Amino acid sequence: MATEFHNLQELRHSASLATKVFIQRDYTEGTVCKFQTKFPAELDSRIERSLFEDTVKTLNNYYAEAEKIGGQSYLEGCLACATAYVIFLCMETRYEKVLKKISKYIQEQNEKIYAPRGLLITDPIERGMRVIEISVFEDRGSSGSSSGSSSTSSSSGR
Amino acid sequence: MKNCEYRQIEPQGLGTPNAAPPPPAGANDADTRAKRRRKWEVFPGKNRFYCDGRIMVARQSGVLPLTLGLIVLTSCLFFVFDCPFLVEHVTSCIPAIGGALFAFVIISLLQTSFRDPGILPRATADEAAYTEKQIDDSASSSYRPPPRTLEVIINQQVVKLKYCFTCKMFRPPRTSHCSLCDNCVERFDHHCPWVGNCVGKRNYRFFYAFIVSLSFLTAFIFGCVTTHLTLRSQGGKGLITAVQESPASALELIVCFFSVWSILGLSGFHTYLVASNLTTNEDIKGSWSGNSGVQNTVNPYSYNNIFANCCAVLCAPLPPSLIDRRGFLPTQESPPAAQPQVELPVFVGKSDLTVEDTCQDFALSCTG
Repeated sequence: MATEFHNLQELRHSASLATKVFIQRDYTEGTVCKFQTKFPAELDSRIERSLFEDTVKTLNNYYAEAEKIGGQSYLEGCLACATAYVIFLCMETRYEKVLKKISKYIQEQNEKIYAPRGLLITDPIERGMRVIEISVFEDRGSSGSSSGSSSTSSSSGR
Repeated sequence: MKNCEYRQIEPQGLGTPNAAPPPPAGANDADTRAKRRRKWEVFPGKNRFYCDGRIMVARQSGVLPLTLGLIVLTSCLFFVFDCPFLVEHVTSCIPAIGGALFAFVIISLLQTSFRDPGILPRATADEAAYTEKQIDDSASSSYRPPPRTLEVIINQQVVKLKYCFTCKMFRPPRTSHCSLCDNCVERFDHHCPWVGNCVGKRNYRFFYAFIVSLSFLTAFIFGCVTTHLTLRSQGGKGLITAVQESPASALELIVCFFSVWSILGLSGFHTYLVASNLTTNEDIKGSWSGNSGVQNTVNPYSYNNIFANCCAVLCAPLPPSLIDRRGFLPTQESPPAAQPQVELPVFVGKSDLTVEDTCQDFALSCTG
């Protein structure tokens, strides 16, 4: 059904970018970073709804954790104020730590779930935290690609 | 047709400095070896960057030099002319307190001026096209252009999001486009000429700290100078003689007198804004005061608790800068706006290490 690619390299070699789908922000809870879990129609034949929703929900949870106003953020804020904010030069803020976790998670999801289906998620931070950009790749066909031809063999049944 | 090496991505290998790939044989050799440009060099807004992108200010620095000059001059005069007398006659804590306040004021001012206020990067060409398509799809065929607003419901309150023609995106809530800097800024408060930068989500707490500490400093200097002149004029000398003995104090008195009212007023105003989780922009426009429209509009961002609002505004985690000014541009000639279209052919032409390269750049730029 879906185009099979074994890893991201094969994706790049033998696929061409068909379209990009943008998952927009969900502002119902205010300005916190949260993305809509509505399943876009363009991905209907490419990935299971549950996998997609899981990815978006996990990302939303990560962002909620990053922006959580609680004990640790008060402590960070007060410490920063007491040191006249100089501490930001030495210390990595909690937000930055969570962003690293997010980028690792996205990389992992791309490797395991999205690349085999010919999709690629771009980290929202590269798009100003406004959208999750999902690039949809179409198999270019067996003519013309020198390597990765093993991937094209399973592609025609779509 | 293309001579590409095959190499599996190693997730653990990402982000390590010595994983930098050797440039592939081909036309890109010169590009990768040549100095790679950073994103701040092609930034579309009207900002100026220093220290290789670490420091940024608005194009018109406004009166920041004046602000700095006044503060530094008045404080120096205070330390040189008034402190010796006061240490002798009152207490030696005075220069210590004054010094601490002065340091705090200067640091907050520099943090406010040189930080990214929360600029939103402009939409990529693909995103802009996608948004345009959405607008066109939802509009009925008429001779008028479709209205460029989007309504969202935030905490049971209807909020209209406007489309920004410069940045080609629907502005998130509380975001406004600053015409002086030509950028959309998140949680836009105002563009402050005194600090020479916009005040937005990422530097509001520094701005608040600056004006509060400045009002303390001004009041402190004012009080100390008054005490100084009073003590000097005791013992039958009179005020005129005291001023003649210490003319610098008169200058400090004038500067502090005229500035303390406005700065105290501004601090009070911003304390009110912080406590009600409002921005200057929203307050001036009367977005939530019920002036616009018939419905009962309430601020949907407020937690309805002064303490919670203060914590949310001042103690919330500091979001990262979204413009990634020290990140490297992908090694190609086209500007970032046209990047997505050109990206894929370039990836196909380069070696397999491109995705790793891009990911590594991102990882490096996060830590850099």
